[in-house]
Amino acid sequence: MTANNSASASSADTPMIEVEGLNKWYGDFHVLRDIDLTVARGERIVVCGPSGSGKSTLIRCFNHLESHQQGRITVDGVTMTQDIKRIEQIRRNVGMVFQHFNLFPHLSVLDNCCISQTWVQKKPRAEAEKTAREFLERVQIADQAHKYPGQLSGGQQQRVAIARALCMRPEVMLFDEPTSALDPEMIKEVLDVMVELAQDGMTMLCVTHEMGFAKTVADRVIFMDQGQVIEQAPPQTFFNHPESERTKLFLSQILGH
Amino acid sequence: MTTRTEMIEARRPPDMRRGAVGWLRANLFNGPLNSVVSVITMVLLAMMLWPMAKWALIDADWLGSTREACTGEGACWVFISARFETIIYGFYPDPERWRVDIVLAMLTLLVAWLAIPRLPAKRWVGAFALVGFPIVAYVLLIGGHFGLEVVPTREWGGLMLTLTVATVGIVGSLPIGVVLALGRRSQMPLVRSLCVVFIEFWRGVPLITVLFMASVMLPLFVPTEVEFDKLLRALIGIMFFWSAYMAEVVRGGLQAIPSGQEEAAKALGLGYWRRMGLIVLPQALKLVIPGIVNTFIALFKDTSLVLIIGLFDLLAIIRAGLTDSNWLGFATEGYVFAALMFWVFCFSMSRYSQYIERRLHTGH
Repeated sequence: MTANNSASASSADTPMIEVEGLNKWYGDFHVLRDIDLTVARGERIVVCGPSGSGKSTLIRCFNHLESHQQGRITVDGVTMTQDIKRIEQIRRNVGMVFQHFNLFPHLSVLDNCCISQTWVQKKPRAEAEKTAREFLERVQIADQAHKYPGQLSGGQQQRVAIARALCMRPEVMLFDEPTSALDPEMIKEVLDVMVELAQDGMTMLCVTHEMGFAKTVADRVIFMDQGQVIEQAPPQTFFNHPESERTKLFLSQILGH
Repeated sequence: MTTRTEMIEARRPPDMRRGAVGWLRANLFNGPLNSVVSVITMVLLAMMLWPMAKWALIDADWLGSTREACTGEGACWVFISARFETIIYGFYPDPERWRVDIVLAMLTLLVAWLAIPRLPAKRWVGAFALVGFPIVAYVLLIGGHFGLEVVPTREWGGLMLTLTVATVGIVGSLPIGVVLALGRRSQMPLVRSLCVVFIEFWRGVPLITVLFMASVMLPLFVPTEVEFDKLLRALIGIMFFWSAYMAEVVRGGLQAIPSGQEEAAKALGLGYWRRMGLIVLPQALKLVIPGIVNTFIALFKDTSLVLIIGLFDLLAIIRAGLTDSNWLGFATEGYVFAALMFWVFCFSMSRYSQYIERRLHTGH
């Protein structure tokens, strides 16, 4: 299904995501300003910055949960337009994990993982369940498959949400502050899953404040403020030798306590 | 500074008063003031309920078929039993009433089948209830095919008419209401405006006006050779009227679903109709079950308004019986019985909706 018009473009050397001159406004408010960004296949990127800096908005543009007014976004060789067919084609290739999990509370954990497989990928139910169990196993929650999301802890829910996104076998995963709504003791179980995913070679874009995660797995850290990319560097350079004053201030604030 | 070395075992709560005596003490007699209030309330209840029970049950006349059976002490239910058939069938011709029986039996069976979760093949039974049953019911009730005698709708009446109007109204207004609610939240200005105008128009006029317009005014506007059935016109009016209410109930549910639900569904690649049908509507409708059933109950009771356009529903047929010169003076029995019939249907809907709410609860 994804092969028809992206096949030629999505060879191994084209970037996973390419953003050129991206601008976005909410009314008169300029949220994203002249963003240029290339994400290579298999690259792990952590996006950080103060709240309201546009980092969530940026990654939400990559699967068109937000629309942009200027610039070009290409995901896996498919350029984003207003055409819903094309948007849905991109969405099938992009997994997303949200701050508030956004599991479907009326469906069991297993059904949460099967719904897009059966309705979007049109897989037979048995095959979808097999894939779902496989990924639930990977996030170590297979024994909860028949429970409802409301019966799970926050950390468990977020792991289910990761499994749900993985079931579509996406090319890239977007994480929008996946640990911000969790109790401290549950953050680790989610981060462990993310680290494992990174080690398996998944292309990942994570908006997060978990600097430990950034240090261990990120290939690149992007710092955003006021809708623009202020600085991007490998974590080593970013944390030890930040260049801009804004970055230094931000790092001193989040690492200082 | 203290350090606990051993964890505390869970213990039973203290002094559990169980059984009927425990319940009475906890709920009715927990303190002097509450005991006095309880006693006074019970005395008042007994004073009200006793004469009622005496009239309706103990002194009542149950057997017989003529007025002579009524002794005059309590209620004379012979009045009801003597005209029971009319109450059920209206003026539906006697030899054809088996057709109504079949339709009512099918309706009961289908509703029961769909309402009891244990029974299998819901999808097929549901499909038949929505597609096959209306056709069968139409063919049987109206007639004109397969050698069945035509029974015009002006001869319909009583409970069968009430159930026809209520069923068509309920089955029609919910899906139309859902579509209107979705339309009112649409991104497309034209669709949105159309839905807003439709909803606000039908919600802004009284049902009586709708029925009058359907029966009196509509014939003025359409050419005389096009003859709409009066019942059909009333049904369409009732369906549209209640679908406007339903739309707002459903919209309330849609608005209560966090936007994250739709975003997650979008991110998984689900298109608009699947997002609505699989994710948003199941949650929204579950949330507004009380509102939906409230509307159903109001609809069911308001079916009796069709009497003002000359259709004889359950209430109207009982009222008509009151003017029977052989049976003057039994208005109380008639109205009590009518009220009881309406109450049984409405109360069943209410109880069933509570059961479904409990069943659909998934712990969030």
